[in-house]
Amino acid sequence: MSQLLIKNGRVIDPASATDMLADILIRDGAIGAVGADLEVARAETFDATGLIVAPGFVDMHVHLREPGFEHAETIESGARAAAAGGFTSICCMPNTLPVNDNATVTSYIIERARKLAVTNVFPIGAITKNSAGEELSAIGSMKAAGVVAISDDGRPVMNARVMRRAMEFARSFDLPVIDHCEDLNLSAGGDMHEGYESVRLGLRGIPASSEDVMVARDILLAQLTGARFHVAHISTRNAMGMVAYAKQYGLPVTCEATPHHFALTDAQMLPYDSNYKMKPPLRTACDAGAVVDGIVSGAVDAIATDHAPHPGSEKMQEFEKCPFGIIGLETALGLALEHLVHTGKIPLARLVALLSTGPARVLHLDRGTLAVGAPADVTIFSTDLQWTYDVNQSFSKSRNSPFDGHTFRGGPVATIVDGAVVWQRA
Amino acid sequence: MPAGLLGIEELDRAEIEAILARAKQFQPVQDQSQKKLDTLRGKMIVNLFFEASTRTRTSFEIAARRLGADAISIAASGSSVSKGESLVDTLNTLAAMRPNAIVMRHAASGAPHFLARHLAMPIINAGDGTHEHPTQALLDARTILDRRPSLEGLRVAIIGDIAHSRVARSNVYLLSKFGSEIVLCGPASLLPRELAHIAPGVTLTNDIREAIRDADVIMMLRVQLERQHEAAFPAAEYFQFYGLRLEHLALAKPDVIVMHPGPINRGRELSSEVADSQRSVILNQVENGVAVRMAVLERVIG
Repeated sequence: MSQLLIKNGRVIDPASATDMLADILIRDGAIGAVGADLEVARAETFDATGLIVAPGFVDMHVHLREPGFEHAETIESGARAAAAGGFTSICCMPNTLPVNDNATVTSYIIERARKLAVTNVFPIGAITKNSAGEELSAIGSMKAAGVVAISDDGRPVMNARVMRRAMEFARSFDLPVIDHCEDLNLSAGGDMHEGYESVRLGLRGIPASSEDVMVARDILLAQLTGARFHVAHISTRNAMGMVAYAKQYGLPVTCEATPHHFALTDAQMLPYDSNYKMKPPLRTACDAGAVVDGIVSGAVDAIATDHAPHPGSEKMQEFEKCPFGIIGLETALGLALEHLVHTGKIPLARLVALLSTGPARVLHLDRGTLAVGAPADVTIFSTDLQWTYDVNQSFSKSRNSPFDGHTFRGGPVATIVDGAVVWQRA
Repeated sequence: MPAGLLGIEELDRAEIEAILARAKQFQPVQDQSQKKLDTLRGKMIVNLFFEASTRTRTSFEIAARRLGADAISIAASGSSVSKGESLVDTLNTLAAMRPNAIVMRHAASGAPHFLARHLAMPIINAGDGTHEHPTQALLDARTILDRRPSLEGLRVAIIGDIAHSRVARSNVYLLSKFGSEIVLCGPASLLPRELAHIAPGVTLTNDIREAIRDADVIMMLRVQLERQHEAAFPAAEYFQFYGLRLEHLALAKPDVIVMHPGPINRGRELSSEVADSQRSVILNQVENGVAVRMAVLERVIG
C-alpha cells in the first residue's frame, strides 16, 4: 500500500467549498482523507507549508500533435509540459494526422497516453470526418472508445445544418459540442484582430464579428437541439455578452477563456512577431476586459490554454506565413494569478474552480475534486514564488511563447497524478 | 537614424528634414553629364526584390551607383527562395557575403521589420506588403517641397485603395509630422474607419469631390487589383466614382499638383488628360526618387 501525506497546505476544494489549512492523505492513487493534523505511520510526506493544495488542474483545450506532427509535440512531451504547468488532466483536440474522427484513432491516443503520458489524457473527437465540415464522424463509437467531447477545432463547421445534426447526435450520447467559433468567410486571409492596430501595421484583419456571428448561430442551434454547447477560447465582448445571455436563459451553454486572451491585447504585440499570432487573435483592451468581466461574473466556466505547439521553422517566417497558435501549459497558472488574483478580480478559490471543477463539470469528468475516494489528482502551487519562464527549458517540443523571459509571482510547485508526484519544481 | 530605414512612422522630423535637405543637394547631380560621386566608393548594396518592381529597384540601383557604390539586384524568382529557402536563411546567406546594406521589397507586411530583429545588417525597406514604403513618402515630400515652401497647413488628398496602400501609410505618417491636413478618400471597403486615428490631421471621406476641394496636392493611388482577395468594390464603377478627371481639378486650389507613385493605370484611377496635364508632377517624382535614395543610402551606410 503506497501512501503520501501532504502536510500543512491550504486546501482549496471548490467542489466541497473547502478552504482550510489541512493535510491530505493519498492512499493507493485515491484521496484517502482530508483533515487537520493527520497522523499516518509509514507515509511519505510532502511539506506544503505556505502552499495551496488544490484538485488537479484540467486543461480542456490542448493540441498534442500526435499522431502526425510529432516534430512539434508528442503525447509524452505535451503531458510533461502540462504537469510542469500544474495540470493533471489534458484534453487533446482532434486535428492530428490522421484526424481523430474514429474509434481507432481515439484508442491509439488513449493507448499511447497510458504508456507515455505522465498526466491523464482525454481525447476530443472530430465533429465531421476529417474535420471537413460535411459528413458526421463516428461520434458514438468514439464516445465508447473514450472521447469526452466533439469539436472541429480550427476548422469550424461552416454549414449550420451539419452543426445542427452534430448537436442532435452529440446530445444522444451526452457529449458536449465544442466550437472554435469563427466564420471563415469573414475571417478569410486575416492575420490579426481587425482594428486600429491591423490598419497601422498593414496586416489583414480578423473582425470580432467573425467570432460573434458563430457564437450567436451556435447558441441558437443549442436552443434548437438541446445539446450542450461550449465556446472555445472566447475572445470578444459581444460573444461574452451572448454567452451570459444564453446562461440567463438556462441554455446548456458554457465557455472557456485562455490566459493570453485576458493577459494580452493586440496593442501589446511585438509587431510582426508570430509568437503573438493565434486564433482567435489577441483582441482589444475592451475585449480582454470583457473576458475578465466574464470570469468575474461567472459567465466563464473554465480557463483553458489552447496549447498549440509549432516548430521554430514554421514560426520564424514572414508574419502572414506563420501558423496560428502559441504554447501555454506552463504559463497558464502564473498568468491567471497575475491578471486575476493579484489584481483582486477574483478570489483564489474561484481561480482553482476555473482550472479544475469548472472544466471537469463541462466535460462530466470524475476529476477536479478532493473528495475522499476520488482519483488522487492534486496540484500544489504557490501564490508568491518568483520565477522566470525560460521557454528553452520548456518540456514542450516547441518554443512558440510570447512569455519567454517573463517573471511570474506564483506558479506550480508539484503535480500529483493518481497519487504519484509526476513533476516537482526543482 | 537607426541602422537601416524600415518606415516613416518611427522617424522624427529632424531625421526626415535632414534626408530631404541632402536630397536637394543631390538634385543637380542628376543633370550633370558626369553623374558619379565617390561618397560610397567601395561599398556594396544588395537590392533584394521579392516582388516585381521596375522603378524602385532601378532607382535604388542608380542611386547607389551615382554615389560610387556597387549595387547588385536579385529578383526572388531567380533566387534560392524559389527553391524553398526561408526568408531568414536567404538574408543570412546574403549577409554572410558582407554587403553594407540590403534594400528589400517584400509582399508580406513587416517582413523587413521581422528580419531586422534577427540580422545585424542595415535593411532599407523598399516597400513591405500593405504597410510602408518610406522612400516613396520621402520623394513625394521632396517633390512637394520643390513647389511649396513648407508642408505645414497644406491640404493633401490621397485617393484610391488606401487600405492596401503602403504609399498612403508612409505619406500619412510623414505629412502628419509636418502639420499637413490629410484627406483620405476611397470607397468604404478600401477605407477602414480606423485610418482616421493613425496620425494627427487625418480625415476620411468617400466623396472624391469633397476630398479634392481646396486641395494643394492630390495623390492618386494605383488600384491594386493584385492585393484584393475579393471584389471590394464593383470594378466597373471605380473610375466613375473615384477616377480623377480634369473637371475635378477645378475644385482644387488653382496651383494644385497631381501626384502618383506609378505605375499609372490610365482610365482606371486617373484620366489620360490628367496624367499628361500641366498639373501632373509624376515624372518629377520619379526623378526625385534617385536623389532621395542617394540621401538615404548615404545616411544608412555613409
